[in-house]
Amino acid sequence: MATATTTAPALAGAAAKPTTFAAALNTAMSDAMENDRSVCVFGEDVGTLGGVFRITDGLTQRFGANRCFDTPLAESGIAGMAMGMAINGMRPVIEMQFDAFAYPALEQIFSHIAKTANRSRGRVRLPMVIRIPYGGGVGGVEHHCDSSEAYYAHTPGLKIYTPATVSDAYLMLREAIDSPDPVVFFEPKKLYWTKEAVDLSDLRTQYEAAARDESAPAAGVGAEGRAVVVREGTDVSLISYGPSVSTALKAADAAAEDGISAEVLDLRSIVPFDDAALEATVTKTGRAVVIAEAQGFVSVAAEIVARIQERSFHSLSSPVKRVTGFDIPYPSPKLEEHHLPSVDRILDALDELQWED
Amino acid sequence: MTSETQEGTPIQGSHIKETSSSFGITPEQYMLPAAQQIRMLGPDGQLIPEEAQGTSPGHEYPIPEDDALLAAYEALVVGRRVNDQNYALVRQGRLAVYPSSHGQEACQVGAALALGTGDWMFPTYRDTVATITRGVDPLEVMVSFRGDWHCGYDPLHYKISAMSTPLTTQLLHAVGVAHAAKLRGEDTVVLAMCGDGATSEGDFHEALNFAAVFEVPVVFFVQNNGYAISVPLSAQTAAPSLAHKAIGYGMAGEQVDGNDMVAVLATLRRAVDLARANSMPLLLEAITYRMQAHTNADDDSRYRESAEVEQWKQRDPLLRMRTFLTERGVLDADAETRISGKAEEVAAALRLAMTTEPEMDPLEIFDHVYAAPTAQLREQRAKLADELERSQEG
Repeated sequence: MATATTTAPALAGAAAKPTTFAAALNTAMSDAMENDRSVCVFGEDVGTLGGVFRITDGLTQRFGANRCFDTPLAESGIAGMAMGMAINGMRPVIEMQFDAFAYPALEQIFSHIAKTANRSRGRVRLPMVIRIPYGGGVGGVEHHCDSSEAYYAHTPGLKIYTPATVSDAYLMLREAIDSPDPVVFFEPKKLYWTKEAVDLSDLRTQYEAAARDESAPAAGVGAEGRAVVVREGTDVSLISYGPSVSTALKAADAAAEDGISAEVLDLRSIVPFDDAALEATVTKTGRAVVIAEAQGFVSVAAEIVARIQERSFHSLSSPVKRVTGFDIPYPSPKLEEHHLPSVDRILDALDELQWED
Repeated sequence: MTSETQEGTPIQGSHIKETSSSFGITPEQYMLPAAQQIRMLGPDGQLIPEEAQGTSPGHEYPIPEDDALLAAYEALVVGRRVNDQNYALVRQGRLAVYPSSHGQEACQVGAALALGTGDWMFPTYRDTVATITRGVDPLEVMVSFRGDWHCGYDPLHYKISAMSTPLTTQLLHAVGVAHAAKLRGEDTVVLAMCGDGATSEGDFHEALNFAAVFEVPVVFFVQNNGYAISVPLSAQTAAPSLAHKAIGYGMAGEQVDGNDMVAVLATLRRAVDLARANSMPLLLEAITYRMQAHTNADDDSRYRESAEVEQWKQRDPLLRMRTFLTERGVLDADAETRISGKAEEVAAALRLAMTTEPEMDPLEIFDHVYAAPTAQLREQRAKLADELERSQEG
């Protein structure tokens, strides 16, 4: 587990208590709602129940049923109504209950939410967040474990964020809510109950000070991707995001025992994409393995490999490898361990790299 | 909120019970459309006696005042002229496409004139005349049909959404705009427009349901022009009428003669008033007819008889209104001259604008995708800029 990112260096202080990824998301929403009355939260079961993963727990009680509320069970309706509210001055944060249950909303997301700013020549901006719990590793049944990020990343006009640490869960969700562009916010559901020593009130102070800093780009505007090196290394770059970052870090630990120094890059945002950070790590190490849960064919992992080839070919000492899910519908709970990228599979990929000049 | 009817049937939304009780009828009587469509002018332009207009308790629609009717007539004439001018421009190859509302102008005009300045309208691609009647310069609407950009007017300035090309997706945006306004305590009414074929789409259902559950003031205005491109309404639905769909959501539905300008304006105004006063949605179905093909790419002789089109010519909304207002003494020769002169001015401006090719900057395609272009889009923009520069040199 990563304990800190380079954006939040001073988090593991003595006062920091073990904090879950879920609590960080919840606090990010309540802090944003406290600051800005236009922020509202809705979706299926997010009110009284607090969401099936309890990410919105307590928001209705604290802010009232006008600020956090349940909707009829209709994902296209949720996304479409959110867009209308964003047109009319609100900053909706909507929850899709599970990755695959967001598919009824795809027409709204692809044909309107992603395109409205362009269609209106920038006159209508849609500051809204679509939260999607995604990925596997939790023993979920069919339709509860998809890694659907590539569908959205392929659609211009959407930003795609996916945090891998507790502090990023807080900071990136705050940033997504402040963004003038629609953000699809992918939450790795296997990380919901992981804990890190993080003081969320410190994070709030840090985030809000940065948002007020006029010399820096305003929070949420960030047109650049901001990938972070979460482990330094010299021999190979493990490039990952979301739920696979922790797997990459474990693989890097194991590789170190074999004398391989692996650097781990957490992309954090898929759109915008941080080409500069990718080039920097690949230029440094000369080797790359891309790790992602999603099926590999026509995937974000495929895009990363293509970008390395286009931009860093002459720095490479080895063909680039991918460790991804297989090109199959997500398997049943008892079989998912065979599908997901594992430490062993990453180590095998490292072995297959070209190590001799 | 759930309340009980006399029969003990749960009815969603206390406003329905309050609204219906003020008419002395049950929620069901209130929500079901009147026994016949509301019609005030006969096909010959004669005012129908009040007892034959289709009204009944809870379904009563006062005739708008003469000034409003004259303004509606003017908009009808201008709208008809714009429809026919654009149809001609397409045939001359100067417009890429134009979905004409020729024959449906009473619905178009009524939609725009029933709304206040703070209200919102969500039109479809066939609602150019509604859009210009609400104040958008026809040239700004034509920006999309001549292929310059997807939307040429500022939706926030006019409170008119970009015309929707996908069917009924915009109804949900309408619900959202109304919901945001309601949460802020504003009394904005939103008019959400769609056609008969669109009522088969899933988002039609989701929008009506959301509007009813959240009790937001949206008037769903369906122009039933008989065909979804080629498919007749009988192949879209087995419902007794589209207006009957309202009761399933716990809202009131009504049917109106969509070629009767007086009745369209009267019913839409009442719907807007009820929606605003009670913060509730309503569904209004206007029975009308698309006199021309779906677009220039369509051949309507493949799916309908010319005799049917001829029959609908006899119910032309513009002629009915002209006869009515002339006989009522509201429209005289001077007014007619002034109005047709205005229509010609609008048409001439359209023709002139279409003879000049606007300056388009190809690099603009990168500018609005995000609030600030990504590094990737900046790279691609530079690549296109370089291509353009080299092609100019070459």
